[in-house]
Amino acid sequence: MAGIAVSTTINGDSVEYLCQPDEPLLDVLRDRLGLTGAKEGCGTGDCGACSVILDDRLVCSCLVLGAEAQGRRIETVEGMAHGETLHPLQQKFLEHAALQCGICTPGFLIAAKDLLAKNPDPSEEEIRFGLAGNLCRCTGYDKIVRAVQDAAHVMKQA
Amino acid sequence: MRYIRPLSIEDAVGQLAGSAGPAAILAGGSDLLVRMKGGFVEPELIVDIKGIPGFSDIRETADGFSIGAAVPCAVLGEHAVLKKAWPGVVEAAKLIGSKQVQGRCTITGNLCNASPAADSVPALVAAGARAVVTGPSGTRTIAVETVPTGPGKTSLAKGEIIEAILLGKRAPHSGDAYLRFIPRTEMDIAVVSAGVNLTLDEAGVIRAARVALGAAAPTVLLVEEAAEALVGRKLDDAALERLAKVCSGACRPIDDKRGTIEFRRKVAGVLAGRAATTAYARAGGK
Repeated sequence: MAGIAVSTTINGDSVEYLCQPDEPLLDVLRDRLGLTGAKEGCGTGDCGACSVILDDRLVCSCLVLGAEAQGRRIETVEGMAHGETLHPLQQKFLEHAALQCGICTPGFLIAAKDLLAKNPDPSEEEIRFGLAGNLCRCTGYDKIVRAVQDAAHVMKQA
Repeated sequence: MRYIRPLSIEDAVGQLAGSAGPAAILAGGSDLLVRMKGGFVEPELIVDIKGIPGFSDIRETADGFSIGAAVPCAVLGEHAVLKKAWPGVVEAAKLIGSKQVQGRCTITGNLCNASPAADSVPALVAAGARAVVTGPSGTRTIAVETVPTGPGKTSLAKGEIIEAILLGKRAPHSGDAYLRFIPRTEMDIAVVSAGVNLTLDEAGVIRAARVALGAAAPTVLLVEEAAEALVGRKLDDAALERLAKVCSGACRPIDDKRGTIEFRRKVAGVLAGRAATTAYARAGGK
């Protein structure tokens, strides 16, 4: 089977791929394009580990078909750092030890990036609600919330 | 399996009607893709309706609002005019899923998924919302409560698509509200829920009322007797008590691990009262 030809933009680069009609965008990113940052936790939109930004909206890439990405703009965790320079969120996640096993981390980073883009100065409650679609079984969330608060502080000064 | 993205409603209807095997409509996909993955549905054809002009728009019309079938719930929350006119509908839509799901899920999909626990549906039923349905034999406009006929089942015929949900223009002194009970603070499915929509007169006497309950029967329930309990009165303790009683009595809930029949009956009455109190305040009642 040849598949559906899709032209899209991922992290600013034009990308073309062939995918099957029922193939989730997550599988396209990971298995066809080698972008393995987004993870499959549940595959049903409950855990947020596969979060990406699609045309400025945070979505679960497991709940988007690869075919739907035609002509759209996708941001993944691979686009956050600039060369060797980490995004402030990535830097603060390291400094605050906001991860242990790391499976949820790319999803949290992308969700936090989307949150801060829309609300540069969120309260703790807004952070917790904003990240409620991302599950972490290691950290207990407090370290993640502190990392996001710290990153927001740094990004405002930049 | 085929995936198509038609650019007109006529093409979408034709493709759906002409499909030999099972066909599915894709808007946000937050139900469809989960069901496909679980093997509960295996469509031969997926019709993505997001390319059809107008389907992703919220329009203010002479009669109120027209919310296109592909408008994500997040967009409802960002529409200040809609939120002001129908805060109960918007707060219900905003309760569906996480932020990730909000960016995709739609109220039309929530309606057509036909879950008795769908969050936006009791609010839409209370609001008297209507659905614009286009199919092979033309377009008709129906009350939203006639769309779900049982868990996972709708009254839509083969080839029919809901194009948009219509919400009326607000009369002065009107307000609506939606509340659900869940054991968590967010990201859960209603154990029981209530939507209330009220219109008052200048003196704060209720002139029109619609009350709908979710997760209390095989479909979202419009409680007609609740209107009788409220109309012609102010929302005082006696009215609230009667409202709770008729709502509890109207429930035909199931017993499951998330809630017993007895619990759902009781909470349906409590939530209807609280939602009515909010709707009344939003309508300017004192």
